[in-house]
Amino acid sequence: MSKKKKLVVQNVEVTFILNGKKVTKQIRPSLLLIDFIRDELSLAGTKPGCLEGECGACSVLIDGAAVNSCMYLAINIHGKNLTTIEGLSDVNGLDPVQDSMIKHGAVQCGFCSSGMTMSIKSMQIKYKKDKKKPSKEEIKKGLEGNLCRCTGYVKIIEAAEAVINKVK
Amino acid sequence: MSKKLNVIGTPIPKIDAGIRITGKAVYGQDVKLPGMLHGAILRAEYPCAEFTIDVSAARKLPGVIAVITADDIDCNNISYKKDHPILKKGEVNCIRDEIAAVAAESKEIAERAIKLIKVKYKEKKGIYDPFDALKPNAPLVNKYLKDSKFAKNISDIFFYEHGNLEEQKKKSAVIISKRFVLPRVTHCCMATSNITADYSSVTKRLTLYSSTQVPFLYQRDMAHALKMNASDIRVIQVVIGGGFGSKLDMYPFEPIAAILSIKTGKPVQIIFDREEEFIASPTRQNMVIDLIAGADKNGKFTFRDVTIVKDNGAFTSWGATTPFVMMQTFSSLYQMPACRFESKAVYTNNISAGSFRGYGNPQAAFAIESCIDLMADKLGMDKAEIRLLNANYAGEITGQGMHYDTCGHIEALKTVIEKSDLRNTNKETLRNTNKYESTNKEKETVNTDSYIRKNPYFVDNVDRYKRGVGIASMMHVGGGAKIYRSDGCGTTLKLDDYGHLTLITGSSEIGQGSETVLAMMASEELTIPMNKIKVINTDTDVKPWDVGVHASRTSFVAGNSVLGAVKKLKEKLNQKAAVLLKCTIENLIYENEEIKNSDGSNSVRIEKVVREMHFGGQNELCTVNHFYEPTSDFQDKQFKGNVSGTYAFAAQSAEVEVDTYTGNIKVLNIHVAQDVGKVLNPLNIMGQIEGGVLTGVGYGISEELIMENGRVLNPNFHNYKMLTASDVPDIHFYPIETNDSLGPYGAKGMAEAPLIPTAAAIANAVADAIGVRIYSLPITPEKVLKAIKEKTD
Repeated sequence: MSKKKKLVVQNVEVTFILNGKKVTKQIRPSLLLIDFIRDELSLAGTKPGCLEGECGACSVLIDGAAVNSCMYLAINIHGKNLTTIEGLSDVNGLDPVQDSMIKHGAVQCGFCSSGMTMSIKSMQIKYKKDKKKPSKEEIKKGLEGNLCRCTGYVKIIEAAEAVINKVK
Repeated sequence: MSKKLNVIGTPIPKIDAGIRITGKAVYGQDVKLPGMLHGAILRAEYPCAEFTIDVSAARKLPGVIAVITADDIDCNNISYKKDHPILKKGEVNCIRDEIAAVAAESKEIAERAIKLIKVKYKEKKGIYDPFDALKPNAPLVNKYLKDSKFAKNISDIFFYEHGNLEEQKKKSAVIISKRFVLPRVTHCCMATSNITADYSSVTKRLTLYSSTQVPFLYQRDMAHALKMNASDIRVIQVVIGGGFGSKLDMYPFEPIAAILSIKTGKPVQIIFDREEEFIASPTRQNMVIDLIAGADKNGKFTFRDVTIVKDNGAFTSWGATTPFVMMQTFSSLYQMPACRFESKAVYTNNISAGSFRGYGNPQAAFAIESCIDLMADKLGMDKAEIRLLNANYAGEITGQGMHYDTCGHIEALKTVIEKSDLRNTNKETLRNTNKYESTNKEKETVNTDSYIRKNPYFVDNVDRYKRGVGIASMMHVGGGAKIYRSDGCGTTLKLDDYGHLTLITGSSEIGQGSETVLAMMASEELTIPMNKIKVINTDTDVKPWDVGVHASRTSFVAGNSVLGAVKKLKEKLNQKAAVLLKCTIENLIYENEEIKNSDGSNSVRIEKVVREMHFGGQNELCTVNHFYEPTSDFQDKQFKGNVSGTYAFAAQSAEVEVDTYTGNIKVLNIHVAQDVGKVLNPLNIMGQIEGGVLTGVGYGISEELIMENGRVLNPNFHNYKMLTASDVPDIHFYPIETNDSLGPYGAKGMAEAPLIPTAAAIANAVADAIGVRIYSLPITPEKVLKAIKEKTD
């Protein structure tokens, strides 16, 4: 019997910006970003809907772009800017995207809402940078990666259109 | 109701949206209790097999606290027919069957322990087609069903009839006889099934953090399963991430978590992964409907003769009672002189069916409305005209004994007929949705239609896209449904010393907006602003009894309960206010949080009245209780009677474009005209309409949980096609306000209705577009192409 070598996995240090604040953590290399966010950072607003990159409920912003946190290794967050739903609103109030979601009646059960909000925020940032106003079709396309069973998407599309194109 | 309304009818955003949009809402996935263990369930590897099990290796794994099999528990069977063992012993009958469960210190350890359980299977030949299960030589699927008066493999039979079928057949100028096949679809709640059970060995009480839609029935079911006293079980509803009927039953994972907590003395949490959710949460009943329907030479309907075989799966849920609702539609949607209805729920080794928004009526609407179009074609009648001729009307008492005191069916039909392109004036035009901004500097809009027409390469495209329009109606209970011993709801109101109201309701919020609408009613009556009203609705130890969220009943039943409670609260306030205002108790006016005497010359703030009651000599709190029970009847043994407080009606039209090259269907417009009684909150109601319609579109063209020999082939969102934002048609809603005398402010239940006729209307639109009809849902591209090919061959 050969002696089995015990495999020791070294934790990796990551430093990143979490919701506006610099954070340093030691993490397992195999850790998924969603588990890191929910279990280790205790930010439960990021929702586990499918854990296979299909539903978008766990979307977060990495350097301003929406990413499915269930398909992303946590160690890759090193040096990046991570925003979760908790980071959108602050003591001064809601982010305009959240406000638009509420006012347009886009929140029903709410389980998809964090991810939806992040996808809309990501579009808002992108189109602002490109100085473009997206069409309704482009907005729908941008929301394709987020599933919702309650709303039929109409109010979510309206909320997105209103906040991105600042109409109404 | 002539008084001016200030709150009701205004578009108030949901009062619970804020916590949900900021990540603060605690769903089942977010519950964390001190010392909590993680549970996992081992399910069958074969849909029909005998097995032996060895859990010794799993028990030895460090971090595993408990492993249980059927041998370790002493529980009653669960389910609507008590035919479902919590853990299966010696044999499995479907692929979702629970055979062992583990509680461990982490999710990872629990999953590893599950893999260490050794199971030896001896596979048996299963039955996957309900018609096979009805054959005399078929093996018995469910041996747990006790005292059944039905033949082998039948879980339940519903039989209903009214009128003289033979006489009506003789009167018929046209008789259509067709078979309709309905698929197995599932709820796709965005939050997967979850439970956290916390048993205290000191108090001997069990607390369940649950997503149930029916907390009080659940409490009772759990008590029966675990042989406990129901009052020792406290159900705390977490924020529920989607219901749609999926949480109307208690399923084995819930008592399993409770047993693990009882055995370990620690909280135990079980969360399904998405694949488990597709396999082990319920589905809409897949069924085969044989419908024979007739009309006389003028197009008046004569009879419906309905035979249904439903795939029950291996165990029975509340969903087995969907025929109770379907028969109402067959017997009473459109005027119907005679109807015979028979349905069998048949056991198979497939996964179990449950209840789903619409409760059998999307299936019924598909069969009925397809037949109506066929009859119109045969009679050479207009499809709108034949429906209007037979539409339900106010004052009608149906053959089944349902009283349509108010009825917006005719108006709903007229509205969608007018709004949609039913006469097909645009049928030959190409897709007008395909306009796009050109990239050149002038930014001119290029119409692809003209481009395609001019370009010889696309010349055949003129015939490629076919448009069609279809309509369908629905009728559904709109004032609760008297199925259980009580269909009521309790309310407690507590007005505090600062004039803020706590509204404790038995009803549950599952995202549909009941919290908001109930608070709006209280705000309307008491003139207390919305931000001073708190709704408490999640704890069976606190809230009064309610039968649960189902049958589109909450606004109607819980709403009436709130209004009854408010009336009592006002009686209390008025007595004190009259003393303070030195006036008579009659004709006091509520305005801006004040109570005024009849001519408005003197007033007192509500909070002051409360304080005077509390701290004045009277020393009384301003608290009241009220229980509202709808005036509806229990149906008799023949299923006759006025089962609901009121009934909701709707018509929808669908405009589709079919790509005859690919078979793809694009749903362009859905027009919805619905008798909602009264719009309580226009923002909320649109949300219910749009969500219902899109689920209906999915039922019509894209969704199916595909099973082969008892196994689910597409248990994930990649292969189970839920629609996305890009698939949304333009949804146009025309509310019809019939002001029902029994409804709160005239409102009727409305939330299931929007998904009921959608698939039926789409099916009719597709038939209109391609000239050939498809008799099974979903209408996939493959079916369209096959149908076109068969037509041209």
